[in-house]
Amino acid sequence: MKTANLLLGVGIEEIPDWMIVPALDDLRRRFLTALEKFQLHEGVTVETHATPRRIVMWATGIPVKQADAKETVTGPPASAGEKAAEGFARKMGVEVGQLKKTETPKGAYWSYKRKIKGRRTKDLLAEALPEVFLGISWPKTMTWTGKSGARFIRPIRRLVAVYGGKVVPFEMAGQKSCNLATGHRRLHGDKNWDRIKVHDLESVKEGLRRNFVLLDAAERRARIEQGITALLTGGALRVRSNPKLLETLVYLTEYPTPILGGFDPKYLELPEEVLVTVMQHHQKYFSVEDAAGKLAPHFIAVMNIDGDPDGIVRHGNERVLRARFNDARFFWETDQKKKLADRVEDLKHVTFQAKLGSYYDKTERNVEWVKELGGNEHAQRAALLAKCDLTTELVKEFTELQGVVGGLYARAQGESEAVTQAIYDQYEPVPRTHEGQILALADRLDTLESFFQLGLMPTGSKDPFALRRAALGVVRILVEGKHHVAIPPALRDFVLDRVRYYFREVRGYPYDEVNAVLAAGSEDLVDAADRLEAISKVRPTADFEPLAASFKRIRNILRQANFEGTAAPDPALLEAGPERDLYDESRRLAAQVKGLGYHDALAAIASLRSRVDLFFDKVLVNAPDEKVRQNRLAFLAELLREFSTIADFSEIVISGSQPPA
Amino acid sequence: MLSFQDVCFELKHYWARQGCLIQEPYDVEVGAGTMCPETFLRVLGPDPYRVAYVQPSRRPADGRYAENPHRLYKHLQLQVILKPPPDDVISLYMKSLEAIGIDLRRHDFKLEEDNWESPTLGAWGIGCQVMLDGIEISQFNYFQQCGGFELDTVAVELTYGLERLTAFIQDVDSVYDIQWNERWKYRDVRFQDELQFSVYNFEKADVAALWQGFDLHEKESRRLLDEYAGLTVAEEKKRFPLLAAYDGVLKCSHLFNLLDSRGAISVTERVAVIGRVRALAVGLAQAWVDQQYGAREVAA
Repeated sequence: MKTANLLLGVGIEEIPDWMIVPALDDLRRRFLTALEKFQLHEGVTVETHATPRRIVMWATGIPVKQADAKETVTGPPASAGEKAAEGFARKMGVEVGQLKKTETPKGAYWSYKRKIKGRRTKDLLAEALPEVFLGISWPKTMTWTGKSGARFIRPIRRLVAVYGGKVVPFEMAGQKSCNLATGHRRLHGDKNWDRIKVHDLESVKEGLRRNFVLLDAAERRARIEQGITALLTGGALRVRSNPKLLETLVYLTEYPTPILGGFDPKYLELPEEVLVTVMQHHQKYFSVEDAAGKLAPHFIAVMNIDGDPDGIVRHGNERVLRARFNDARFFWETDQKKKLADRVEDLKHVTFQAKLGSYYDKTERNVEWVKELGGNEHAQRAALLAKCDLTTELVKEFTELQGVVGGLYARAQGESEAVTQAIYDQYEPVPRTHEGQILALADRLDTLESFFQLGLMPTGSKDPFALRRAALGVVRILVEGKHHVAIPPALRDFVLDRVRYYFREVRGYPYDEVNAVLAAGSEDLVDAADRLEAISKVRPTADFEPLAASFKRIRNILRQANFEGTAAPDPALLEAGPERDLYDESRRLAAQVKGLGYHDALAAIASLRSRVDLFFDKVLVNAPDEKVRQNRLAFLAELLREFSTIADFSEIVISGSQPPA
Repeated sequence: MLSFQDVCFELKHYWARQGCLIQEPYDVEVGAGTMCPETFLRVLGPDPYRVAYVQPSRRPADGRYAENPHRLYKHLQLQVILKPPPDDVISLYMKSLEAIGIDLRRHDFKLEEDNWESPTLGAWGIGCQVMLDGIEISQFNYFQQCGGFELDTVAVELTYGLERLTAFIQDVDSVYDIQWNERWKYRDVRFQDELQFSVYNFEKADVAALWQGFDLHEKESRRLLDEYAGLTVAEEKKRFPLLAAYDGVLKCSHLFNLLDSRGAISVTERVAVIGRVRALAVGLAQAWVDQQYGAREVAA
């Protein structure tokens, strides 16, 4: 089958940088789904590219037309008579003589095998592309030509669609397709910089490059990285790596060029956290450090033009940064005039959440939580002051620095180091100090409990108050900070969900091990984590999985027998041989493992395997004598109970074969 | 080098050449050019419109006693409304910068995501901020909703921060050093204004009197809106003073901002007071659309 290649290029007003990559994945998926529907997908390759102003898709090897196909249409039953057959033939546009009778399990039916002529791909593309493209999913869309017009992330201003060298004729969002791309907004290589003739991916890349657009994100990334390296030759300075900022800049520019700027070293007196936030978050600059890792009075900005020969852009950026640093310094000095401790009352004017009142109320609750969690006086002091930085000018200006600023002010105002660090770290996943962890736990538990009391728990994918994150935070602090604290009953199910997520996705444990451990007890997460670690160590040993299989077998036996007794078995009724051996060994082991760590205990339990196997080989659980049978069940139940405190082994999924019932 | 007033002149000329009507500032206090009837009311309904005007925008809480080089209680915006937006709106805007002498080939020009929302006006839009050599000089906003209405004819709003833009052109670090014309600086024109209103807004404004004013304007606006809602005769509707009711909304909004800067609005009150202004704004928009276009749409 003859094939041809499709070039789709859409010019759009600046798309928010962080939305671009997911949109490209979605476009590719949607396009392939459409091709599959047309049976045109075999052997097709699709690649996508984007800058903030354009999305380009290049698909190769698409058959130029659909294959002809045959289809059997089943009509009325043969028993329905002549009239029905005539009607069916008419519907198919043929004579009755051309119909066939097909035998089916329900009897004979009239049928007709018809030919379906394959359509031309060019026509199919013209029909399908608008829906494929406009259907890309975005976090928030807009209209620009009214409610009945297109809905997309930003207005669409250009449409290029070429298949097999020819324009695919269609309209999308008011734009007619053509084969003319447009270059950089201000830098132009060609006279016809906004009418660059293109026919395939290579011609697009070349035409755009001539007009100062690097279509390939990898190329833009490389240009930024190489540019930075060139700026910093000499080795006295090095850039502070920031992959997220790099990606932002890659998708914020079409022709990125880094420049090096500087600022007055006097600003280095300000806390580094503030300087770095201004540079990286607000100005999208990379910060720079000296050989010793100390922040240097320089920055790297990435422009969307090819150079700054006269230093105009550098000068402008230095001016902005100076203004920002001046502001920060002004705020820093102003805020010092009122201590954090004197700001607690001011929290009455800061809303926590409309229905949950102010941060003053939350502070009171947090302090109570800290006490309940056994927090010392430092932790309590930290909880009292923790939210006060919300009333400072610096945090109003740099909201992402909340907590950090509180910590810096606390230190400057002579609070203890324990208080300072706890405040500083309060929004960290796991604060460094014990006091910090207690404060962060208290804060998150209170948030969860307060929202739950209002019935505002997250549903489905919606989690506007980031409660799942708060719950995950609780889990991480409990486990990684080794806090033996039980989760409040009202939050248990919600938090346990995050516990599973944490162990599986964050720590990478297999789901069955997680289930096995939690089934044996989830009150104390530190303990659960220890048990999980032990399980995963013992699992690869030869005896473990067979023993787990045996435990599953025991559980099934008990279930089938409806046995729920918890009485101890009577040793006198046990049969000599494998049963008695197993009993003796299990008593010995039960006594032995009590003094052992989880890992050794599990290894010891696994050593039961040969005796358990022998028991099942030689002993009939369903003994004819009722008393013997009941005693045997009681024995097995005790065995299961005794050795399931670390993990419920019956939750372990045995690889390979199905466990015996 | 262009003076502050030159920048205003040149931009107005430029937009006049693009078919914009050049308006004068509205004479009631507003927090942003968007609140002027020339924007808030004109973006409603289907009629095409193009207008540009300089609007002093008052934000009492942003006052800094004329001590901060960038923060002002009152700053000047150039507001441009293009309805419907032309396809080449961004290059039109870029040319406006060239009209005031900025050679964009030698500067770093970026558009960065920045959506706009005003709960008090029942309005939101999709847009971006214009960054020039790392400083934000303008905002783009495609109105999607206004006064609670999903807009069918979309308008684009371009807002220039005139002080920032001129400080950039004149390369000065403080807005007060901006040359307003050859003879006077921004400081000479605006210093007392910034100082005295900061003192008033933060220290002297009488909270009880402000509340009274708020209640009074709200009551008057509400009375008018209720009366309009009761009208059945078409001629009476056509001549009814909804614009006066809208002035009341603006007064309420400004008084709210003043009370806020005075620290007089508690957490619990805040949401409720915003809700009161919003109810007026949305009610007014609905009445306006009914009066001007006879639309039966119901505002969200």
